[in-house]
Amino acid sequence: MKLKTALMGTVLGTVATLSMAPAAFAERGADGHVNIIYYQAPSTMNPYLSGGTKELESASLVLEPLARYDETGAIVPFLAESVPTVENGGVSEDLTTITWKLKEGLKWSDGSDLTSEDVKFTWEYCTSEGGGCSQSEKYNDVVSVETPDALTVIVTFGVPKPFPYGPFVGAQAPIVQKAQFANCTGEAMASCTDQNFAPIGTGPFVVDEFKTNDVVSLSANPNYRDPAKPAFATATLKGGGDAQSAARSVLETGEFDYAWNTQVAPDLLEAMLAKGQGQLVSAYGTLVERIMVNLTDPNPALGDERATAAHPHPFLSDIAVRKALSMAIDRALLTEIGYGDAGRPTCNVLPAPEIYKSTANDACLTQDIEGAKAVLEEAGWVDSDGDGIREKDGVKLSLLFQSSTNAIRQDFQAIIKQWWEEIGVETELRNIDASVFFGGDAGSPDTFQKFYADVEMYANNFDGTDPEAYMANWECVQAPRPETQWQGNNMPRFCAEEYDALVAEMAETGDINERAELAKSMNDMLMQEYVIIPLVDRGRLSAHANSLGGVILNTWDSELWNAADWYRITE
Amino acid sequence: MLHFTIRRLVLAVPTLLFISLVIFLLLDLAPGDPMASIPLTVPPEVKEKMREALGLGEPVHIRFLNWLYQFFVVEPQVAFDHIFGTNFAEGKQRIISFQSRSPVMSVVAERMPQTLWVVGLSYIFATLIAVPIGIISAYRQYSWFDQLGTFISMVGFSIPTFFSGVLLIVVFSVTLGWFPSIYDTTHRITDWPSFWFQVRQMAMPVFVLTLYNAAQVSRFMRASMLDNLNQDYVRTARAKGLSERVVVLMHVLRNSMIPVVTVIALGVPNIFGGAIITEQVFQVNGLGQMLITAIYASDAPMVQTLTFIFAVLIVLFNLIADIIYGMLDPRIRYD
Repeated sequence: MKLKTALMGTVLGTVATLSMAPAAFAERGADGHVNIIYYQAPSTMNPYLSGGTKELESASLVLEPLARYDETGAIVPFLAESVPTVENGGVSEDLTTITWKLKEGLKWSDGSDLTSEDVKFTWEYCTSEGGGCSQSEKYNDVVSVETPDALTVIVTFGVPKPFPYGPFVGAQAPIVQKAQFANCTGEAMASCTDQNFAPIGTGPFVVDEFKTNDVVSLSANPNYRDPAKPAFATATLKGGGDAQSAARSVLETGEFDYAWNTQVAPDLLEAMLAKGQGQLVSAYGTLVERIMVNLTDPNPALGDERATAAHPHPFLSDIAVRKALSMAIDRALLTEIGYGDAGRPTCNVLPAPEIYKSTANDACLTQDIEGAKAVLEEAGWVDSDGDGIREKDGVKLSLLFQSSTNAIRQDFQAIIKQWWEEIGVETELRNIDASVFFGGDAGSPDTFQKFYADVEMYANNFDGTDPEAYMANWECVQAPRPETQWQGNNMPRFCAEEYDALVAEMAETGDINERAELAKSMNDMLMQEYVIIPLVDRGRLSAHANSLGGVILNTWDSELWNAADWYRITE
Repeated sequence: MLHFTIRRLVLAVPTLLFISLVIFLLLDLAPGDPMASIPLTVPPEVKEKMREALGLGEPVHIRFLNWLYQFFVVEPQVAFDHIFGTNFAEGKQRIISFQSRSPVMSVVAERMPQTLWVVGLSYIFATLIAVPIGIISAYRQYSWFDQLGTFISMVGFSIPTFFSGVLLIVVFSVTLGWFPSIYDTTHRITDWPSFWFQVRQMAMPVFVLTLYNAAQVSRFMRASMLDNLNQDYVRTARAKGLSERVVVLMHVLRNSMIPVVTVIALGVPNIFGGAIITEQVFQVNGLGQMLITAIYASDAPMVQTLTFIFAVLIVLFNLIADIIYGMLDPRIRYD
């Protein structure tokens, strides 16, 4: 405790010790100081300049969207009066306009009024030419934003939008102040360092000092809409170190109150928890660690047509081989080794929200080595020359398995290799630095889009709760190929007319239950074709001190989404 | 000597220009993409736009010349403006980091205090401790002091800082609770209690680095002293009836310092390079941590600027070491 008081600085320390009032009657700033640690430090406070999680989340303390997702994935109004839907008339029947009403009397932290003009400006700001706004996809298809009065915003889309909650919703698309950013559009976006480091917001906190990639000092927003919140007068968001030291600072030394993403080996966390200083919170979102199967031939001899649809894969184009690869994997064991309580085995590439979750593929949860062998046997893949590797018509089952450099992924690779060799599939492993693998440089042969390998493993998810764009990843046109400068998300180069038809249907369907059915059948098609082999549904694992109350871990929005409700538990 | 210094400084210019070109080309040819850390949910066409906004669309030579202009013209002007309140640099493009989109030099300035406090201080401590240890160890070779000194420097040499740092945290932060495990860079010293806090938060990282640096310097000092102690001039000095104190500290030490000065002087640029691992372990977030995060994020302007500053410092301290040789040993003359 001595240590903490010292950390707060003498003045704040006095405030903290004087205020022993119970949390329920707390007034703004009554609970002193809160320390948050993100082992990846934020480099800017402007989420429009960086798509990174660390920036989105730290900015969410200051900037707010019209509505956020809550911990169940439901959309809850923040700056807006209510969430517009077709039922309440907020979304037009033809699904092309959405009308948001702002709450009355909202103020920016500098005391000026928040108006619909600021909302409109946010759209103009992110879509301005030459700015390189990282969230511009959120404003896709928006043709105009009208402001009939100071509290009304009408967003018009160029096409019907069954899910119109892209613009101004979630941590990715918060509202920025027009007065502050008016001169920062287009190419000037990056040079407005002062604005980007200390944006004026409507959130519970205000930036006092920002040190890039190091620390953010914040204090309570004097104009926050709820006069009783936030309970903390000041906050520090420190960055740096690694997940383990972050977990230690909360669970063992008690220097910090909240640690983000404490993804550490399960047994280490166990030992830290024994100290009794804090606790872990976990929640699941849509992040799935998966193996992508290449349906095209990555043989270097093919030159420019390597890994394109022109040449089907010599053996992975046989569904029996793909199925056997999936059956040979023990997902429960992988989860236990790699993620402990922060993961669960999954058989779906679309694991959540609940309504979209298919149960049709759950057979994959049990490993079946014998079954896998039988499947290969039946399809004619036999080991005729006794070298332990199956072959058919002179084609050997010999794979190159690539992934990004990461301790857990290399463990996974080694274990999976063993299982695959057991069923007679020779596996060569390869790992590539993440900045190259995910870099998307069309000139590099090592990117995950080029996929110059037979199978590859990584994790992916989608923003928010609507899987439409995510499921559209496996349309034919999404296949990375030379014509698209090797961009696209359809790594397996999967191409099926039925699938494309489902994607097109979903884009026109407004009813949530029908949408769920469509998404499920797309998921099932991918799973039953075994072009994607899902492994682990990866949860979010964070830690907070026992004395920090009000934490609700949210995987659909920023983890710090409800920091306004956090308080100090006093004994 | 002045003539020599000027000649060396003039010669340093093409060397440094060449170094900057090499660094630039290496960074440009190295694989890696500043957009790689952006989540996969951001579509590729948006990433392409972001890349263009970073200026990555320009050809290599234009980007290199731009950097040279910014480093040698704009940044000095900014510094000048800052000191004298002028506005020569107004509206000119500074070197901008890809990660934060803020000027690289202001981040460097922001990181300097903690790096100098922790890494700089540990270097001074290390030198102050290592030189006497080296002298005594050599003078009393194979005594218990020498054995102990050898043992400690062996420990300092062979135990990596990521191990000793974490060990200290476990003992002094987790178990005993004496020192904070995370360095607070926003801390300001205003009175005695806050000064005491600064001392406590610096204690562990400074200790780790001091041990590491002292180990190296004390070994050099000892070896160099041993070389000289057996020389003829030492016997002569003793035969003249000089006291042991004068023989060791005036004659032997002065001659033994020459190789040690090289080691110490060439170690100084490393202070500004920060201590990548130790800074990471204690979250000091100085220049070392900045360099490593910039490398991970493929933040070329920041890596380029930092490595170039190191290059300048290394060239400079090489020169300083050469000048000190001349002062220590009057026989060394460069003219």
